[in-house]
Amino acid sequence: MQPIISINNLSKTYSNGYEALKNINLEIVEGEILALLGPNGAGKTTLISIICGIVAASQGSITVSGFDTVSDYRQTRRLIGLVPQELTLGAFEKVSNTLRFSRGLFGKKPDNTYLETLLKDLSLWDKKDSMLMRLSGGMKRRVLIAKALSHEPSVLFLDEPTAGVDVKLRKDMWTLIERLRESGVTIILTTHYIEEAEAIADRVGVISNGELLLVENKEVLMHELGAKRLIIELNSAIQKIPASLKTWELDLAGNGRQLVYTYDPHNKPTGIRDLLNAANEAGLQLDDIRTTQSSLEDIFINLVHAQP
Amino acid sequence: MNFRAIKVIYKYEMLRAWETLLQSFISPVISTSLYFVVFGSAIGSRIQQVEGVPYGAFIVPGLMMLVLLTQSVSNASFGIFFPKFTGTIYEIMSAPLSFFEILLGYVGAAATKSLIIGLIILVTAGFFVPLQIAHPVWMTMFLVLTCISFSLLGFIIGLWADNFEKLQLIPMLVITPMVFLGGSFYSVDMLPPVWQTVTLFNPVVYLISGFRWSFFEVSDVSVGLSLAMVLVFLGICLLIVWWMFKTGYRLKQ
Repeated sequence: MQPIISINNLSKTYSNGYEALKNINLEIVEGEILALLGPNGAGKTTLISIICGIVAASQGSITVSGFDTVSDYRQTRRLIGLVPQELTLGAFEKVSNTLRFSRGLFGKKPDNTYLETLLKDLSLWDKKDSMLMRLSGGMKRRVLIAKALSHEPSVLFLDEPTAGVDVKLRKDMWTLIERLRESGVTIILTTHYIEEAEAIADRVGVISNGELLLVENKEVLMHELGAKRLIIELNSAIQKIPASLKTWELDLAGNGRQLVYTYDPHNKPTGIRDLLNAANEAGLQLDDIRTTQSSLEDIFINLVHAQP
Repeated sequence: MNFRAIKVIYKYEMLRAWETLLQSFISPVISTSLYFVVFGSAIGSRIQQVEGVPYGAFIVPGLMMLVLLTQSVSNASFGIFFPKFTGTIYEIMSAPLSFFEILLGYVGAAATKSLIIGLIILVTAGFFVPLQIAHPVWMTMFLVLTCISFSLLGFIIGLWADNFEKLQLIPMLVITPMVFLGGSFYSVDMLPPVWQTVTLFNPVVYLISGFRWSFFEVSDVSVGLSLAMVLVFLGICLLIVWWMFKTGYRLKQ
Protein backbone atom coordinates (compact mmCIF):
# COMPACT_ATOMS: atom_id res chain seq x y z
CA MET A 1 0.00 0.00 0.00
CA GLN A 2 1.21 3.49 -0.92
CA PRO A 3 2.25 5.42 2.22
CA ILE A 4 0.41 8.68 2.89
CA ILE A 5 3.50 10.10 4.62
CA SER A 6 7.03 9.24 3.70
CA ILE A 7 9.96 10.53 5.77
CA ASN A 8 13.43 10.11 4.29
CA ASN A 9 16.75 10.61 6.09
CA LEU A 10 15.33 13.37 8.25
CA SER A 11 17.66 15.12 10.69
CA LYS A 12 17.27 18.21 12.79
CA THR A 13 19.99 20.10 14.63
CA TYR A 14 18.91 23.25 16.45
CA SER A 15 21.01 26.43 16.33
CA ASN A 16 22.41 25.66 19.80
CA GLY A 17 23.86 22.42 18.40
CA TYR A 18 21.29 20.11 19.95
CA GLU A 19 20.62 17.14 17.67
CA ALA A 20 16.89 16.56 18.04
CA LEU A 21 16.45 14.05 15.20
CA LYS A 22 18.98 11.70 13.67
CA ASN A 23 18.38 10.27 10.23
CA ILE A 24 14.73 9.31 10.61
CA ASN A 25 13.13 7.09 7.98
CA LEU A 26 9.47 6.29 8.35
CA GLU A 27 6.46 5.48 6.20
CA ILE A 28 2.94 5.98 7.48
CA VAL A 29 0.15 4.03 5.86
CA GLU A 30 -3.20 5.60 5.04
CA GLY A 31 -5.91 4.90 7.61
CA GLU A 32 -3.67 3.64 10.40
CA ILE A 33 -3.11 4.86 13.94
CA LEU A 34 0.59 5.21 14.60
CA ALA A 35 1.77 5.92 18.12
CA LEU A 36 5.17 7.54 18.51
CA LEU A 37 6.36 6.51 21.88
CA GLY A 38 9.27 8.07 23.69
CA PRO A 39 10.39 9.81 26.84
CA ASN A 40 10.29 13.60 27.20
CA GLY A 41 12.80 15.27 24.88
CA ALA A 42 13.04 12.23 22.60
CA GLY A 43 12.22 14.27 19.46
CA LYS A 44 8.55 13.36 18.98
CA THR A 45 7.25 16.94 18.85
CA THR A 46 10.14 18.07 16.65
CA LEU A 47 9.29 15.32 14.18
CA ILE A 48 5.63 16.28 13.83
CA SER A 49 6.47 19.99 13.87
CA ILE A 50 8.71 19.46 10.84
CA ILE A 51 6.00 17.52 9.00
CA CYS A 52 3.48 20.30 9.74
CA GLY A 53 5.85 23.09 8.65
CA ILE A 54 6.45 24.70 12.04
CA VAL A 55 10.09 23.67 12.31
CA ALA A 56 12.56 23.53 9.41
CA ALA A 57 14.46 20.29 8.83
CA SER A 58 18.26 20.38 8.74
CA GLN A 59 18.42 17.48 6.31
CA GLY A 60 16.16 15.00 4.56
CA SER A 61 12.73 15.22 2.98
CA ILE A 62 9.09 14.43 3.69
CA THR A 63 6.24 13.79 1.31
CA VAL A 64 2.53 13.77 2.13
CA SER A 65 0.38 12.06 -0.49
CA GLY A 66 3.34 12.38 -2.85
CA PHE A 67 3.77 16.14 -2.32
CA ASP A 68 6.96 17.55 -0.82
CA THR A 69 6.34 19.40 2.46
CA VAL A 70 8.71 22.23 1.49
CA SER A 71 8.18 22.82 -2.23
CA ASP A 72 4.47 21.83 -2.27
CA TYR A 73 3.64 23.07 1.24
CA ARG A 74 0.20 24.35 0.25
CA GLN A 75 -0.92 20.88 -0.86
CA THR A 76 0.62 19.03 2.08
CA ARG A 77 -0.65 21.39 4.76
CA ARG A 78 -4.19 21.22 3.40
CA LEU A 79 -4.09 17.48 4.08
CA ILE A 80 -2.87 17.82 7.66
CA GLY A 81 -4.52 18.78 10.93
CA LEU A 82 -2.47 19.38 14.06
CA VAL A 83 -3.52 19.24 17.70
CA PRO A 84 -0.71 20.74 19.78
CA GLN A 85 0.36 19.48 23.15
CA GLU A 86 -0.31 22.73 25.03
CA LEU A 87 -3.80 24.18 25.36
CA THR A 88 -2.92 27.05 23.04
CA LEU A 89 -6.18 28.88 22.51
CA GLY A 90 -7.28 32.48 22.55
CA ALA A 91 -9.39 33.65 25.45
CA PHE A 92 -12.11 35.97 24.26
CA GLU A 93 -13.32 34.28 21.09
CA LYS A 94 -16.39 32.11 20.78
CA VAL A 95 -15.96 28.40 20.03
CA SER A 96 -17.76 28.60 16.69
CA ASN A 97 -15.77 31.68 15.60
CA THR A 98 -12.43 30.09 16.35
CA LEU A 99 -13.42 27.09 14.23
CA ARG A 100 -14.46 29.34 11.34
CA PHE A 101 -11.10 31.11 11.63
CA SER A 102 -9.20 27.81 11.47
CA ARG A 103 -11.19 26.62 8.46
CA GLY A 104 -10.60 29.92 6.68
CA LEU A 105 -6.83 29.69 7.26
CA PHE A 106 -6.84 26.53 5.18
CA GLY A 107 -8.66 28.30 2.37
CA LYS A 108 -11.95 26.45 2.85
CA LYS A 109 -15.35 28.03 2.33
CA PRO A 110 -17.44 28.43 5.51
CA ASP A 111 -19.66 25.37 6.00
CA ASN A 112 -22.10 25.65 8.86
CA THR A 113 -23.46 22.12 8.37
CA TYR A 114 -20.00 20.59 8.75
CA LEU A 115 -19.29 22.87 11.69
CA GLU A 116 -22.45 21.68 13.43
CA THR A 117 -21.63 18.00 12.82
CA LEU A 118 -18.10 18.49 14.09
CA LEU A 119 -19.19 20.27 17.25
CA LYS A 120 -21.85 17.66 17.91
CA ASP A 121 -19.37 14.82 17.37
CA LEU A 122 -17.07 16.37 19.93
CA SER A 123 -19.91 17.14 22.38
CA LEU A 124 -19.30 20.86 22.01
CA TRP A 125 -22.49 21.93 20.27
CA ASP A 126 -24.01 23.45 23.40
CA LYS A 127 -20.80 25.41 23.92
CA LYS A 128 -20.64 26.91 20.43
CA ASP A 129 -21.35 30.43 21.71
CA SER A 130 -19.19 30.14 24.81
CA MET A 131 -16.01 32.10 25.16
CA LEU A 132 -12.90 29.94 25.09
CA MET A 133 -11.70 31.18 28.47
CA ARG A 134 -14.85 29.81 30.10
CA LEU A 135 -14.23 26.22 29.00
CA SER A 136 -12.77 23.46 31.13
CA GLY A 137 -9.42 21.87 30.25
CA GLY A 138 -11.10 18.85 28.67
CA MET A 139 -13.35 21.03 26.54
CA LYS A 140 -10.41 23.15 25.43
CA ARG A 141 -8.63 19.98 24.34
CA ARG A 142 -11.72 19.02 22.30
CA VAL A 143 -11.87 22.51 20.78
CA LEU A 144 -8.26 22.07 19.65
CA ILE A 145 -9.23 18.79 18.00
CA ALA A 146 -12.22 20.49 16.37
CA LYS A 147 -9.96 23.26 15.07
CA ALA A 148 -7.57 20.69 13.63
CA LEU A 149 -10.47 18.91 11.93
CA SER A 150 -12.22 22.09 10.77
CA HIS A 151 -10.68 21.89 7.29
CA GLU A 152 -11.44 18.16 6.90
CA PRO A 153 -7.84 16.85 6.85
CA SER A 154 -6.83 13.34 5.82
CA VAL A 155 -4.05 13.14 8.38
CA LEU A 156 -4.36 14.18 12.01
CA PHE A 157 -1.40 14.72 14.32
CA LEU A 158 -2.14 14.58 18.00
CA ASP A 159 0.76 15.71 20.14
CA GLU A 160 0.36 14.14 23.58
CA PRO A 161 -3.46 14.31 23.38
CA THR A 162 -4.04 12.96 26.86
CA ALA A 163 -1.17 14.61 28.73
CA GLY A 164 -2.46 15.76 32.09
CA VAL A 165 -6.07 14.71 31.57
CA ASP A 166 -8.08 12.50 33.91
CA VAL A 167 -8.78 8.82 33.30
CA LYS A 168 -12.32 9.30 32.02
CA LEU A 169 -11.34 11.98 29.54
CA ARG A 170 -8.44 9.84 28.38
CA LYS A 171 -10.82 6.96 27.64
CA ASP A 172 -13.20 9.36 25.87
CA MET A 173 -10.29 10.60 23.80
CA TRP A 174 -9.38 7.05 22.80
CA THR A 175 -12.96 6.42 21.68
CA LEU A 176 -12.88 9.62 19.68
CA ILE A 177 -9.59 8.69 18.01
CA GLU A 178 -11.02 5.31 17.08
CA ARG A 179 -14.08 7.01 15.57
CA LEU A 180 -11.88 9.35 13.56
CA ARG A 181 -9.94 6.43 12.18
CA GLU A 182 -13.19 4.76 11.18
CA SER A 183 -14.05 7.91 9.23
CA GLY A 184 -10.86 7.40 7.20
CA VAL A 185 -8.47 9.80 8.93
CA THR A 186 -4.87 8.66 9.37
CA ILE A 187 -3.78 9.38 12.92
CA ILE A 188 -0.32 9.91 14.29
CA LEU A 189 -0.13 10.49 17.99
CA THR A 190 2.80 11.09 20.25
CA THR A 191 2.62 9.86 23.76
CA HIS A 192 4.72 8.77 26.65
CA TYR A 193 1.87 6.71 28.05
CA ILE A 194 2.58 3.13 27.06
CA GLU A 195 -0.96 2.03 27.86
CA GLU A 196 -2.25 4.59 25.37
CA ALA A 197 -0.21 3.13 22.55
CA GLU A 198 -1.16 -0.36 23.67
CA ALA A 199 -4.86 0.51 23.73
CA ILE A 200 -5.35 2.32 20.44
CA ALA A 201 -2.39 2.10 18.08
CA ASP A 202 -2.04 -0.19 15.07
CA ARG A 203 1.69 0.41 14.90
CA VAL A 204 4.14 1.70 17.44
CA GLY A 205 7.29 3.69 16.78
CA VAL A 206 9.78 4.11 19.58
CA ILE A 207 11.87 7.29 19.59
CA SER A 208 14.68 7.97 22.00
CA ASN A 209 17.43 10.61 21.81
CA GLY A 210 16.30 11.59 18.34
CA GLU A 211 16.57 8.09 16.93
CA LEU A 212 13.71 5.99 15.70
CA LEU A 213 14.58 2.72 17.41
CA LEU A 214 11.87 0.69 15.74
CA VAL A 215 8.48 0.84 14.08
CA GLU A 216 6.42 -2.24 14.26
CA ASN A 217 2.89 -3.54 14.26
CA LYS A 218 1.81 -3.54 17.89
CA GLU A 219 0.82 -7.22 18.01
CA VAL A 220 3.92 -8.32 16.11
CA LEU A 221 6.08 -6.22 18.39
CA MET A 222 4.64 -7.74 21.49
CA HIS A 223 4.84 -11.21 20.00
CA GLU A 224 8.41 -10.90 18.75
CA LEU A 225 9.99 -8.92 21.49
CA GLY A 226 7.71 -9.86 24.32
CA ALA A 227 9.18 -12.40 26.71
CA LYS A 228 6.79 -14.49 28.79
CA ARG A 229 6.92 -15.13 32.49
CA LEU A 230 5.91 -18.30 34.26
CA ILE A 231 4.94 -17.57 37.84
CA ILE A 232 4.95 -20.52 40.22
CA GLU A 233 3.02 -19.92 43.43
CA LEU A 234 4.47 -21.89 46.33
CA ASN A 235 2.54 -23.36 49.21
CA SER A 236 4.99 -21.98 51.73
CA ALA A 237 7.68 -19.29 51.60
CA ILE A 238 11.31 -20.25 50.95
CA GLN A 239 14.47 -18.31 51.87
CA LYS A 240 16.51 -19.19 48.79
CA ILE A 241 16.09 -20.94 45.48
CA PRO A 242 17.22 -24.59 45.58
CA ALA A 243 20.58 -25.15 43.86
CA SER A 244 19.05 -27.78 41.58
CA LEU A 245 16.93 -25.01 39.92
CA LYS A 246 19.92 -22.80 39.10
CA THR A 247 19.80 -23.64 35.38
CA TRP A 248 16.54 -21.69 34.90
CA GLU A 249 17.82 -18.41 36.45
CA LEU A 250 14.68 -17.97 38.50
CA ASP A 251 13.73 -14.92 40.52
CA LEU A 252 12.27 -15.19 43.98
CA ALA A 253 9.30 -12.87 44.48
CA GLY A 254 6.15 -12.46 46.56
CA ASN A 255 8.01 -12.65 49.89
CA GLY A 256 9.49 -16.01 48.99
CA ARG A 257 6.19 -17.50 47.80
CA GLN A 258 6.71 -17.02 44.04
CA LEU A 259 9.28 -18.38 41.63
CA VAL A 260 9.44 -16.38 38.39
CA TYR A 261 10.83 -17.93 35.23
CA THR A 262 11.32 -15.58 32.25
CA TYR A 263 11.49 -17.34 28.90
CA ASP A 264 11.25 -16.75 25.17
CA PRO A 265 8.12 -18.55 23.92
CA HIS A 266 9.70 -18.92 20.47
CA ASN A 267 12.61 -21.00 21.77
CA LYS A 268 11.48 -24.60 21.92
CA PRO A 269 11.59 -26.41 24.21
CA THR A 270 10.81 -23.67 26.67
CA GLY A 271 12.10 -25.68 29.61
CA ILE A 272 8.84 -25.39 31.54
CA ARG A 273 8.24 -29.13 31.87
CA ASP A 274 11.77 -29.78 33.12
CA LEU A 275 11.48 -26.86 35.55
CA LEU A 276 8.26 -28.19 37.04
CA ASN A 277 9.77 -31.67 37.40
CA ALA A 278 12.88 -30.25 39.04
CA ALA A 279 10.80 -28.15 41.42
CA ASN A 280 8.85 -31.25 42.39
CA GLU A 281 12.04 -33.22 42.97
CA ALA A 282 13.42 -30.36 45.08
CA GLY A 283 10.41 -30.90 47.36
CA LEU A 284 8.62 -27.62 46.61
CA GLN A 285 4.84 -27.66 47.09
CA LEU A 286 3.18 -25.83 44.16
CA ASP A 287 -0.13 -24.04 44.73
CA ASP A 288 -0.68 -22.43 41.34
CA ILE A 289 0.97 -21.77 37.99
CA ARG A 290 0.28 -18.87 35.61
CA THR A 291 1.97 -17.05 32.73
CA THR A 292 2.09 -13.35 31.82
CA GLN A 293 3.10 -11.62 28.59
CA SER A 294 5.54 -8.67 28.59
CA SER A 295 3.76 -5.39 28.26
CA LEU A 296 4.70 -2.72 25.78
CA GLU A 297 6.15 -0.89 28.74
CA ASP A 298 8.69 -3.66 29.36
CA ILE A 299 9.59 -3.68 25.68
CA PHE A 300 9.92 0.08 25.63
CA ILE A 301 12.12 0.17 28.73
CA ASN A 302 14.34 -2.59 27.35
CA LEU A 303 14.74 -0.77 24.04
CA VAL A 304 15.46 2.62 25.51
CA HIS A 305 17.83 1.25 28.13
CA ALA A 306 19.65 -0.83 25.54
CA GLN A 307 20.71 2.40 23.78
CA PRO A 308 24.39 3.26 24.17
CA MET B 1 -2.99 33.15 -3.24
CA ASN B 2 -4.94 31.98 -0.21
CA PHE B 3 -7.36 34.93 -0.17
CA ARG B 4 -9.68 33.31 2.35
CA ALA B 5 -6.86 33.03 4.86
CA ILE B 6 -5.85 36.66 4.33
CA LYS B 7 -9.47 37.62 4.83
CA VAL B 8 -9.91 35.66 8.08
CA ILE B 9 -6.69 37.07 9.57
CA TYR B 10 -7.71 40.59 8.52
CA LYS B 11 -11.24 40.15 9.87
CA TYR B 12 -9.97 38.63 13.11
CA GLU B 13 -7.61 41.55 13.70
CA MET B 14 -10.27 44.14 12.85
CA LEU B 15 -12.74 42.39 15.13
CA ARG B 16 -10.20 42.53 17.95
CA ALA B 17 -10.03 46.31 17.52
CA TRP B 18 -13.81 46.56 17.39
CA GLU B 19 -14.18 44.52 20.58
CA THR B 20 -11.75 46.86 22.32
CA LEU B 21 -13.41 49.94 20.90
CA LEU B 22 -12.55 52.12 23.88
CA GLN B 23 -8.87 51.34 23.70
CA SER B 24 -8.59 51.22 19.93
CA PHE B 25 -10.55 54.20 18.73
CA ILE B 26 -11.88 56.30 21.58
CA SER B 27 -8.67 56.68 23.57
CA PRO B 28 -6.70 58.25 20.65
CA VAL B 29 -9.57 60.72 20.18
CA ILE B 30 -9.50 61.69 23.86
CA SER B 31 -5.72 62.08 23.92
CA THR B 32 -5.84 64.15 20.71
CA SER B 33 -8.50 66.41 22.20
CA LEU B 34 -6.26 66.89 25.23
CA TYR B 35 -3.37 67.90 22.97
CA PHE B 36 -5.62 70.49 21.34
CA VAL B 37 -6.68 71.83 24.71
CA VAL B 38 -3.07 72.06 25.97
CA PHE B 39 -1.14 72.99 22.82
CA GLY B 40 -3.87 74.52 20.74
CA SER B 41 -5.71 76.61 23.29
CA ALA B 42 -3.44 77.12 26.32
CA ILE B 43 -0.10 77.51 24.51
CA GLY B 44 -1.47 78.28 21.05
CA SER B 45 -3.23 81.38 22.31
CA ARG B 46 0.25 82.87 23.00
CA ILE B 47 1.65 81.84 19.59
CA GLN B 48 -0.27 83.62 16.92
CA GLN B 49 0.93 82.01 13.70
CA VAL B 50 3.68 79.70 12.41
CA GLU B 51 4.66 80.31 8.80
CA GLY B 52 1.36 82.05 8.24
CA VAL B 53 -0.75 79.19 9.69
CA PRO B 54 -2.63 79.57 13.00
CA TYR B 55 -0.80 77.46 15.59
CA GLY B 56 -3.87 75.37 16.43
CA ALA B 57 -4.18 74.29 12.80
CA PHE B 58 -0.40 74.04 12.32
CA ILE B 59 -0.11 71.20 14.84
CA VAL B 60 -2.90 69.08 13.27
CA PRO B 61 -0.70 67.19 10.74
CA GLY B 62 1.99 66.62 13.38
CA LEU B 63 -0.56 65.39 15.85
CA MET B 64 -2.06 63.05 13.29
CA MET B 65 1.41 61.68 12.51
CA LEU B 66 2.15 61.25 16.21
CA VAL B 67 -0.93 59.10 16.66
CA LEU B 68 -0.60 57.30 13.31
CA LEU B 69 2.98 56.27 13.95
CA THR B 70 2.43 55.07 17.50
CA GLN B 71 -0.85 53.31 16.64
CA SER B 72 0.51 51.62 13.51
CA VAL B 73 3.50 50.29 15.39
CA SER B 74 1.54 49.17 18.43
CA ASN B 75 -1.32 47.57 16.44
CA ALA B 76 0.95 45.61 14.13
CA SER B 77 3.50 44.60 16.76
CA PHE B 78 0.84 43.38 19.17
CA GLY B 79 -1.08 41.61 16.38
CA ILE B 80 1.79 39.24 15.60
CA PHE B 81 3.39 39.19 19.06
CA PHE B 82 0.25 38.01 20.85
CA PRO B 83 -0.16 34.71 18.92
CA LYS B 84 3.56 34.13 19.44
CA PHE B 85 3.15 34.76 23.16
CA THR B 86 0.08 32.53 23.58
CA GLY B 87 1.38 29.84 21.23
CA THR B 88 -1.55 30.09 18.80
CA ILE B 89 0.96 31.03 16.08
CA TYR B 90 1.30 27.28 15.42
CA GLU B 91 -1.99 27.45 13.55
CA ILE B 92 -0.76 30.20 11.21
CA MET B 93 2.57 28.44 10.70
CA SER B 94 0.98 25.09 9.84
CA ALA B 95 -1.66 26.56 7.49
CA PRO B 96 -1.15 26.64 3.70
CA LEU B 97 -0.06 30.26 3.82
CA SER B 98 2.93 32.06 2.37
CA PHE B 99 4.69 34.60 4.55
CA PHE B 100 3.48 37.33 2.19
CA GLU B 101 -0.13 36.31 2.83
CA ILE B 102 0.47 36.38 6.59
CA LEU B 103 1.95 39.85 6.16
CA LEU B 104 -1.01 41.08 4.11
CA GLY B 105 -3.46 39.91 6.78
CA TYR B 106 -1.70 41.39 9.80
CA VAL B 107 -0.16 44.54 8.31
CA GLY B 108 -3.29 45.23 6.25
CA ALA B 109 -5.45 45.17 9.38
CA ALA B 110 -3.01 47.25 11.44
CA ALA B 111 -2.71 49.85 8.66
CA THR B 112 -6.51 50.00 8.25
CA LYS B 113 -6.99 50.57 11.96
CA SER B 114 -4.43 53.39 11.95
CA LEU B 115 -6.02 54.93 8.89
CA ILE B 116 -9.42 54.94 10.60
CA ILE B 117 -7.88 56.51 13.72
CA GLY B 118 -6.12 59.12 11.56
CA LEU B 119 -9.38 60.08 9.91
CA ILE B 120 -11.18 60.21 13.26
CA ILE B 121 -8.49 62.58 14.54
CA LEU B 122 -8.83 64.74 11.44
CA VAL B 123 -12.56 65.03 12.04
CA THR B 124 -11.98 65.69 15.78
CA ALA B 125 -9.47 68.42 14.90
CA GLY B 126 -12.13 70.05 12.74
CA PHE B 127 -14.15 70.71 15.90
CA PHE B 128 -11.29 72.66 17.48
CA VAL B 129 -9.67 74.54 14.61
CA PRO B 130 -10.66 75.62 11.08
CA LEU B 131 -8.97 73.18 8.71
CA GLN B 132 -7.97 73.34 5.08
CA ILE B 133 -6.46 70.59 3.00
CA ALA B 134 -4.67 72.09 0.03
CA HIS B 135 -3.72 68.77 -1.61
CA PRO B 136 -6.13 65.99 -0.54
CA VAL B 137 -4.57 63.41 -2.87
CA TRP B 138 -1.08 64.00 -1.49
CA MET B 139 -2.49 63.98 2.03
CA THR B 140 -4.16 60.62 1.42
CA MET B 141 -0.99 59.26 -0.14
CA PHE B 142 1.16 60.32 2.82
CA LEU B 143 -1.48 58.98 5.20
CA VAL B 144 -1.68 55.56 3.54
CA LEU B 145 2.08 55.21 3.02
CA THR B 146 2.76 56.15 6.65
CA CYS B 147 0.19 53.66 7.93
CA ILE B 148 1.66 50.85 5.83
CA SER B 149 5.33 51.69 6.54
CA PHE B 150 4.94 51.95 10.28
CA SER B 151 2.66 48.93 10.46
CA LEU B 152 5.48 47.05 8.73
CA LEU B 153 7.89 48.41 11.33
CA GLY B 154 5.49 47.29 14.06
CA PHE B 155 5.28 43.85 12.48
CA ILE B 156 9.09 43.64 12.52
CA ILE B 157 9.15 44.65 16.19
CA GLY B 158 6.43 42.09 16.98
CA LEU B 159 8.43 39.34 15.29
CA TRP B 160 11.68 40.40 16.96
CA ALA B 161 10.30 40.85 20.48
CA ASP B 162 10.31 37.79 22.68
CA ASN B 163 8.91 39.54 25.73
CA PHE B 164 6.63 42.45 26.57
CA GLU B 165 9.53 44.69 27.54
CA LYS B 166 11.08 44.44 24.09
CA LEU B 167 7.66 45.01 22.54
CA GLN B 168 7.46 48.41 24.28
CA LEU B 169 11.13 49.30 24.03
CA ILE B 170 11.36 50.72 20.50
CA PRO B 171 7.94 52.48 20.46
CA MET B 172 8.69 54.18 23.79
CA LEU B 173 12.39 54.91 23.51
CA VAL B 174 12.77 55.50 19.79
CA ILE B 175 9.54 56.28 18.00
CA THR B 176 7.85 58.62 20.48
CA PRO B 177 10.97 60.83 20.94
CA MET B 178 11.52 60.86 17.17
CA VAL B 179 7.98 62.09 16.58
CA PHE B 180 8.15 64.72 19.30
CA LEU B 181 11.51 65.94 17.98
CA GLY B 182 10.41 65.65 14.37
CA GLY B 183 8.49 68.91 14.25
CA SER B 184 5.05 67.74 15.34
CA PHE B 185 4.46 70.88 17.35
CA TYR B 186 6.93 73.31 15.79
CA SER B 187 8.62 74.26 12.56
CA VAL B 188 12.23 73.21 12.13
CA ASP B 189 12.99 76.88 11.30
CA MET B 190 12.20 77.75 14.93
CA LEU B 191 15.25 75.74 16.12
CA PRO B 192 18.81 77.08 16.49
CA PRO B 193 20.89 76.44 13.31
CA VAL B 194 22.86 73.52 14.83
CA TRP B 195 19.70 71.69 15.85
CA GLN B 196 18.17 72.38 12.45
CA THR B 197 21.00 70.31 10.94
CA VAL B 198 20.79 67.60 13.60
CA THR B 199 17.06 67.25 13.19
CA LEU B 200 17.43 66.48 9.48
CA PHE B 201 18.78 63.06 10.51
CA ASN B 202 15.38 62.29 11.99
CA PRO B 203 13.30 60.55 9.26
CA VAL B 204 10.06 61.63 10.92
CA VAL B 205 10.88 65.26 10.04
CA TYR B 206 10.40 64.45 6.35
CA LEU B 207 7.17 62.64 7.04
CA ILE B 208 5.62 65.45 9.04
CA SER B 209 6.93 68.10 6.69
CA GLY B 210 5.43 66.45 3.62
CA PHE B 211 2.16 65.77 5.39
CA ARG B 212 1.95 69.37 6.61
CA TRP B 213 2.62 70.62 3.08
CA SER B 214 -0.40 68.68 1.83
CA PHE B 215 -2.50 70.70 4.30
CA PHE B 216 -1.04 74.20 4.23
CA GLU B 217 1.58 74.24 1.47
CA VAL B 218 4.29 75.04 4.02
CA SER B 219 7.12 72.62 4.66
CA ASP B 220 10.57 72.33 6.23
CA VAL B 221 11.95 70.23 3.37
CA SER B 222 10.76 69.77 -0.21
CA VAL B 223 7.74 67.53 -0.71
CA GLY B 224 9.62 65.41 -3.25
CA LEU B 225 12.30 64.67 -0.67
CA SER B 226 9.61 63.85 1.91
CA LEU B 227 7.97 61.37 -0.44
CA ALA B 228 11.32 59.83 -1.34
CA MET B 229 12.17 59.36 2.35
CA VAL B 230 8.82 57.67 3.04
CA LEU B 231 9.38 55.33 0.10
CA VAL B 232 12.94 54.56 1.23
CA PHE B 233 11.67 53.76 4.73
CA LEU B 234 8.93 51.55 3.25
CA GLY B 235 11.53 49.79 1.10
CA ILE B 236 13.84 49.16 4.07
CA CYS B 237 10.96 47.73 6.14
CA LEU B 238 9.93 45.47 3.24
CA LEU B 239 13.52 44.26 2.88
CA ILE B 240 13.79 43.44 6.58
CA VAL B 241 10.45 41.60 6.56
CA TRP B 242 11.47 39.70 3.42
CA TRP B 243 14.71 38.63 5.13
CA MET B 244 12.84 37.64 8.30
CA PHE B 245 10.44 35.49 6.34
CA LYS B 246 13.15 34.00 4.17
CA THR B 247 15.16 32.91 7.17
CA GLY B 248 12.15 32.14 9.38
CA TYR B 249 13.62 34.55 11.95
CA ARG B 250 11.94 34.10 15.36
CA LEU B 251 9.15 32.13 13.67
CA LYS B 252 10.67 28.91 12.44
CA GLN B 253 13.44 27.18 14.34
